[in-house]
Amino acid sequence: MGILQVQNVNKSFGGLKALNNVNLDITEGTVHAVIGPNGAGKSTLLNVCVGRLAPDTGTVLFGGKTLTGRAPHEINQMGVARVFQTPEIFTDLSLLDNVMIPTLAVRDGAFKVNAWGRVDGRAEIRDRAEAILENVGLGDKRHHHSGNLSRGDKRRLELAMCLVQKPKLVLLDEPTAGMSRHDTNATIDLLARMKEEHGVTKIIIEHDMHVVFSLADRVTVMAQGTPIVEGTPNEIKGDSRVQEAYLGGAHL
Amino acid sequence: MTTNTRETPQGDMVRFGLFTVVILAMPIWLMPFGAAYPDLMQKFAIYGLFAIGFNILFGLTGYLSFGHAAFLGVGSYTAVWSFKLLGMNPIPALLLAVVMSGAFAWLIGFISLRRTGIYFSILTLAFAQMSYNLAYSVLTPITNGETGLRVLNSDPRVLDHMMGAGEVDGPLVTNLFGMEMSGLPGFYFCAVWLLIGMYISFRIFRSPFGLMLRAIKTNQTRLNYTGISTRPYAQTAFVISGMYAGLAGALLCVTDPLAGAERMQWTASGEVVLMTILGGAGTLLGPMLGAGIIKYSENIFSAFNEQALHEIFAFLPDGIEAAVVSVAGLFVGEGWHLTLGLLFMLIVIFLPGGVIEGGQRISAAVTRLRGGGSGGSSTQPQPAE
Repeated sequence: MGILQVQNVNKSFGGLKALNNVNLDITEGTVHAVIGPNGAGKSTLLNVCVGRLAPDTGTVLFGGKTLTGRAPHEINQMGVARVFQTPEIFTDLSLLDNVMIPTLAVRDGAFKVNAWGRVDGRAEIRDRAEAILENVGLGDKRHHHSGNLSRGDKRRLELAMCLVQKPKLVLLDEPTAGMSRHDTNATIDLLARMKEEHGVTKIIIEHDMHVVFSLADRVTVMAQGTPIVEGTPNEIKGDSRVQEAYLGGAHL
Repeated sequence: MTTNTRETPQGDMVRFGLFTVVILAMPIWLMPFGAAYPDLMQKFAIYGLFAIGFNILFGLTGYLSFGHAAFLGVGSYTAVWSFKLLGMNPIPALLLAVVMSGAFAWLIGFISLRRTGIYFSILTLAFAQMSYNLAYSVLTPITNGETGLRVLNSDPRVLDHMMGAGEVDGPLVTNLFGMEMSGLPGFYFCAVWLLIGMYISFRIFRSPFGLMLRAIKTNQTRLNYTGISTRPYAQTAFVISGMYAGLAGALLCVTDPLAGAERMQWTASGEVVLMTILGGAGTLLGPMLGAGIIKYSENIFSAFNEQALHEIFAFLPDGIEAAVVSVAGLFVGEGWHLTLGLLFMLIVIFLPGGVIEGGQRISAAVTRLRGGGSGGSSTQPQPAE
C-alpha cells in the first residue's frame, strides 16, 4: 500500500469532466511524475490532493488517513507540502524569515500566539532555517528581500520552505516552467540531491520530458481526466498510446 | 537589492529607551513649537496609542479596518460607566474598557474577517456606523444620546463613597489615589500607558506571532499551505488592536469624563487610518509620528481665523490681500481638513511609506554623500523601523 492513494476520484467543472474516475497509488520514497497534455487534469489532481478543491466523489488517502474535506493547513500539518507553478513566497520578507515561518509552523502547529518571544530567540530553529538555505544554495542571500530574487531562486526558496518542514510528501507543479535551460538543470540537480538526502516521496507534474526522465522512478500519463498508462520512464517512452495521446506521434 | 538585517534585542532596548525619553520630555522640547500644554500632549499620547494599536492590525496583517472608532467609543462609554458606578479612579475604568472593547472587537472581527480586502473594510465600516447610530437611538439609556454621557454627583460611585470621597464640590475629576488626572499629571498618566502600549508593540513586531501577521499581509495562500491557520491570527490581531482603541477611548475620558457618540463616527475611524499611513504603516514609530503630526496641525490650522490671516498678509496690496485671505481662509479654521487632505495626498503620492520612509530616504542620501558613493547599494542596511 502506497503513501498516497487516490481512489475513484471524480471532479467536474460545469459540464467539463476534469477528473474521470482517477486511481493512483504512490509508493513511499519514489519520485512519481504525472505528465499529459494541457487540460488532462494534472493540476486538478494536485489541487484535490492538497485540499484546494473538493472531489465530487472518491477519496484521497495519505498514510491511510483521508485528506478529502480537510483544510490546506491541516493537510500540510499531516506532512504534505506543495510547490506551486508560480512560486508562492512571502515577497515582503527576507529569505530567512521566509524559511522561519514553515519552521515555526512545524514547531508551534497551525495556531499559537507567541507574541513575547523573539523570532530568532531559539537557536535550533534559526540554525535549521539557515542550514536549509545553505543547502539550496541561497545561504549568502539570507538577509535579502525575497521579492527581488530571480525566478529560479524564488523556486529554490519555495523548495527550501517545503523541505525545512521535513514533509513526507512533496507535490511539485511544473517546477521548471518558464525557466532557462541553465536554471532547469540546476533545479534537476537540486531535486535529485533532495531525493538522495531526504528520501522524500515526490509527485511532479511536468511538461519538460528532460526533467521527467532525469528524475522520475514512475510515470503516469493522463489524458482527458484519466490516467491512461503507468510505468517506468523507459516503458512510457516506448508506449504507443502515450505517443498518440500526448506526443502526437513524435519520437522521443 | 536591499539587505534586511534583523534588529537585535539590545538595539530594540536602545530604541525603546530613546522613545521613552522623548515622550517623557515632551513638555520641554514641545515648548518652542507652542505645543507644550497638557491638553494637546494628552491628545498626542492618546491618539498615538490608538494609532499604534491600529498599526498592529493594518500595518502587519494589511487588513484595513474602517471601524476602529467604534472601539474607541466602547472604551469611552465603559470608562464613564465605571466612573459613574465604581468611582473616579481611572484604573478600573481602563481595565474594564480594555475588556469590553476586546470582547466587542472579537465579535466584529469574527464576522468581518470572513472577508478580505475592500469587503472587510466595508463590513467594519458598516459595524462602526451601526454602533454610532445605535448610540444615538436605541441605546440612549446607556449612552445618553446627543447630550453625551457624563458623571453626576448623584451617581453611586461605590468605591468613592467607601473611601469617604463621595461628596465633591464642583466638577468631578478623575483621580488616581488623590492625584487629579488633569493637566500635567494627566499627561504623564497617558504617557505611561502609551509607553506600555509601545513596548507591547515592540514585542509583537519582533515575535513569531508578528512574523505570522506580516506573512498574512504578504501571501495568505502560501501561509495556508505552510500549515498555518490564518483566521485565528488575524482575529487575534484584530482583538489586540481593538483593545488598544478601547484603552485610548478610556484615556480620553480619564482626561475629560464625558463620552459622546460623535467619537464613534466614521471620520474618527478615517483619522486613525490617516495617522497610520501618514507616519508609515507597518513601522514601529510611524503611527505615533502620524498621530502627533495630525493632532499638531489640527491644533495649529484650526486655530487660525480670518483676523489672523489678515494680519499675516497685511503687507500685500489691498485687493490682492483680500483675494489671498479668502483663498487661504478655506484651509484654516473649520476648513483645516482641506489642509489635511492635501497633506495626505502629497504623502500617499510621493512617500507611500509615510514620514518614516521620508526619513529613511534622507538618511540614505546623507550616507551616500558622506561615503562618496562607495560601498554600493547592495550592502546598505535598511534603517531601523
